[in-house]
Amino acid sequence: MNFQTTIGLEVHVELKTNAKIYSPSAVEYGDEPNSNTNVIDWAYPGTLPILNKGVVRDGIMATLALHGHVRQHMHFDRKNYFYPDNPKSYQITQKDTPIGHDGWIEIEVDGKKKKIGIEELHIEEDAGKNTHSPNGFSYVDLNRQGTPLIEIVSKPEMSSPEEAVAYLEALRQRIQFTGISDVKMEEGSMRCDVNISVRPYGSDQLGVRSEIKNLNSFNFVKRTLEYEIKRHQQVLMSGGEIAQETRRFVEATGKTASMRSKEGADDYRYFPEPDIPPLDISQDWIDEIDGQMPEMPGERRKHYVDDLGLTDYDAKVLTQTKEMSDFFEETVKDGADAKRVANYLMNDVNSYLNDNHVDLPDTKLTSEHLAGMLKLIDDGTISTKMAKKVFVGILDGQEPAAYAKEKGLIQLSDPAQIQPIVDDVLDNNQQSIEDFKNGKKRAVGFLMGQVMKATHGKANPGVANKLLMKSLNER
Amino acid sequence: MANQINEEQVKHVAALAKLEFSDQELPKFTKQLDDIMDLFAQLQKVDTDDVEPMVSPTDLVNVMRDDKAEHASARQIRRMLDNAPDAAAGLIKVPAIIDESGDGE
Amino acid sequence: MNFFDKDLNQVHEDLVNKKVSAKELTQASIDNIKDHEEALHAFLRINEKEALAAAEKVDEEGIAKDQLLAGIPLAVKDNILTDGITTTAASKMLEHFKPVYDATVIAKLKEQRFINVGKTNLDEFAMGSSTENSAFGPTHNPWNTDYVPGGSSGGSGAAVGAGEVLGALGTDTGGSVRMPGSLNGVVGSKPTYGRVSRYGIVAFGSSFDQVGWLTQNVKDNAYLTSVISGHDEHDMTSSDREVPNFAAGLNDNTNVKGMRIGLPKEYMTDAISPAVRKGIEDAAKLYESLGATVDEVSLPHTEDGIPVYYILATAEASSNLGRYDGIRYGFRAADAKNIDDVYVKTRSEGFGPEVKRRIMLGTFALSAGSYDAYFMKAAKVRRLIANDFVNVFKDHDLIIGPMGTDVAFKLGSETQDPTQMYMNDILSVTANMAGLPSMSVPAGFSKGLPFGMQLIAKPFDEQTMFNAGYVFEQNTDFHKQHPQLGGQN
Repeated sequence: MNFQTTIGLEVHVELKTNAKIYSPSAVEYGDEPNSNTNVIDWAYPGTLPILNKGVVRDGIMATLALHGHVRQHMHFDRKNYFYPDNPKSYQITQKDTPIGHDGWIEIEVDGKKKKIGIEELHIEEDAGKNTHSPNGFSYVDLNRQGTPLIEIVSKPEMSSPEEAVAYLEALRQRIQFTGISDVKMEEGSMRCDVNISVRPYGSDQLGVRSEIKNLNSFNFVKRTLEYEIKRHQQVLMSGGEIAQETRRFVEATGKTASMRSKEGADDYRYFPEPDIPPLDISQDWIDEIDGQMPEMPGERRKHYVDDLGLTDYDAKVLTQTKEMSDFFEETVKDGADAKRVANYLMNDVNSYLNDNHVDLPDTKLTSEHLAGMLKLIDDGTISTKMAKKVFVGILDGQEPAAYAKEKGLIQLSDPAQIQPIVDDVLDNNQQSIEDFKNGKKRAVGFLMGQVMKATHGKANPGVANKLLMKSLNER
Repeated sequence: MANQINEEQVKHVAALAKLEFSDQELPKFTKQLDDIMDLFAQLQKVDTDDVEPMVSPTDLVNVMRDDKAEHASARQIRRMLDNAPDAAAGLIKVPAIIDESGDGE
Repeated sequence: MNFFDKDLNQVHEDLVNKKVSAKELTQASIDNIKDHEEALHAFLRINEKEALAAAEKVDEEGIAKDQLLAGIPLAVKDNILTDGITTTAASKMLEHFKPVYDATVIAKLKEQRFINVGKTNLDEFAMGSSTENSAFGPTHNPWNTDYVPGGSSGGSGAAVGAGEVLGALGTDTGGSVRMPGSLNGVVGSKPTYGRVSRYGIVAFGSSFDQVGWLTQNVKDNAYLTSVISGHDEHDMTSSDREVPNFAAGLNDNTNVKGMRIGLPKEYMTDAISPAVRKGIEDAAKLYESLGATVDEVSLPHTEDGIPVYYILATAEASSNLGRYDGIRYGFRAADAKNIDDVYVKTRSEGFGPEVKRRIMLGTFALSAGSYDAYFMKAAKVRRLIANDFVNVFKDHDLIIGPMGTDVAFKLGSETQDPTQMYMNDILSVTANMAGLPSMSVPAGFSKGLPFGMQLIAKPFDEQTMFNAGYVFEQNTDFHKQHPQLGGQN
């Protein structure tokens, strides 16, 4: 039997606004437990939500970034369920009137392009955090309670784990470029639930679907889907039935397991939130936000390949994050050669960032300094080897020319200074001159080495080589 | 009318609302709820075709605050922790959460 | 002393002229309360120490001529949060709960240096029409202590009715200020939805709740309403409309001239006691004699009010009361072993029967399979009810009618039958549904117990309501009757 797979994804993205969505408490991570909370976050009797305009703005921005339509008339809804990290016992979300709908993004798998539809985007609040202790108690920290989220629901239009990962990657990039979220799965600012169903090839009825919740890495998404496809196929081939259920990915085994759900646990008793008056979003506001939209990765890649002569691969790597892409463009604008900038960013800079687990904005590196260093290489002031050392300086915020000078990293390029050294080397190595005359080209290498040694490695190899050859031939 | 709701349904709704009723309470409670539901039944006679539901009397729209953070005082947070039935190390302490199905989201 | 036949201006003048100090006045109010407490149980907490200290401070600081509320003892319904002072909502769930912030109405009154003499009794979480649902025992009607004071603001109604204070704050979700006003022979008003901030009010039905005053007279009610009104950044549904000084214009006792008054036929059916109907008919004649027109109008969906109200308000309540879960504040059941135990035991032990009943009703109305038939249907009929008012107000300035179907009933007489109890609110709930300002003014007696007339005005037109109420009061004597109470006043 042949099968086809249908995958839909629900992605939660945490926004990096200053304040929470329904309370003025700060959105910050890593602070003391419950230090970023107030009476609203604790759901004290008598407290009421107050909607953060910044979150609505970011919702519109995300909708536009995903080619969606903004719903101009909308309200909020309550979703009722009991859980210790959910203090009001309801989450304020959007069920009837999500802020965005009918968007799409383009993905590419094995050179084939495909558009994946986006059903809807809605804004809502995150819950607090429970930690479980083996002592028979759990502990609640409400710092995260009320952090704004955008939930992005795809249409069930992906047919392989690879497409799902490509969708997530494209989604992550586009959202990252809008600047509304860090979209880091490893830090929880992007989380993913997957829906998957499998049916015999050609069947026009979708199979029963499984939902796997709270996947927090691209790799887990891929492994989960691969496992589920196999599981569904095996059940179907053995004549069994798939149960419609929620499952979770168990990291240790690489398998998924059913999550037992309580009776009626999914009866959320939604109803329109009476404490928040409806919104009427003006076209002017939508246009204003559209005007603030940065150029998206796809457009940038095209520009890098067509106008700046980069390879597709390089363009892709440089547009992984908005920070890297902006940095690249700034450095080019500061006068550096695009290909050289690309090489430097993709090699030296990226390996530094990876080795030290930091992001570009966390370093003191500036585009002026990188452009300045590349200029020193170009005009022969420093060698590429010296550049490695100068790079350490500019990472620390040092001005490259001054740093190179201070550290004695200046190349000897003046022929008038190099010639006496060449003469000296030749005078002291008669045997090598004869070897050269006898056709032993290796002798040149030895003589160059002597020149470099005499200049403590500072001689400009090009200039030195030219002078050496000329002098050899003259002898 | 009567018999709009039976004991099984009452138990189901109670589970959703995190309430429980003893075997003695249940029949009486079911009867009371059923009587009230009878009262509700008269609405089915009202013609509501093309009527917009009314969720609130407010005529306000677009009420929002600027994205500015404010911090509650340390004293305020301490007072809230003091009000918690149980707390430890700045966290609210509760008996073990064993329901792995967790929140809805 | 008591506060019968006094008004804010007189008491304020006595304070300014040092005829009495704020401390003496506060002490007198507290003594009066204590004298009646055994018979009435109007209070859940008398703030004796705090009130006397606050009054002493006001005396030290002095009271200027325009500081009308400085040093004035007033009472506060115990579902309104008072920073550091226990706020129980008459529930075991919040028996020892000390709020960490003040409700906006309290903050506004504190700015005016009022004296909070105590927290008044109510039906648990404001759910009830008799104050019999208080977890801490019922309040009694000062006119006859065998009778209920109405609800849910029964403690506030009885405190004002017994002359213990000039005014008391209440909350009104379906009649909870106005019904006690009617049944205790005092003025009770509920402003337009959105006029007063709900921040710091223990929520019951979010789209219905409003704060209002019970007072000795209409003018004080108007003044006090102005003080607590206005936009509040903590409540997105609070209106930014300008707040007039409602009391300022209440000097002319003829300003109903030309007023177009409607009397709905649905408010004058056989379900209303003959004495009450007669009282309203007399009121209509009085208004006509003062130059108003009164004609019969129709609010055809009135009888749907009770089911709509008990579906929508309980649905909102079932969600609003989810936060009482034993985790962050309030009661937690002692023997809970896991989290589900905490929820179920805490809520089953912490809530009283009426609160549970309403949570159950609301949960049912929202549950899968019931939403369209109950919640949605009710929300649509709510629109029809509101439209009824819109239609009448096209060519009328004010609606009058009975506040309730009769005078107070005996304690215990209706507690076994919730549906009968719910029908008491049939004439009061529709104003909440449409969000309209409404007030009860004393309008007669039957069997030795008072009843009120209801006035309903257009949204944010409290002024017309107060004008008409004031004129009625100035031309009648009902508000000058007072209960004969035991004690040494």
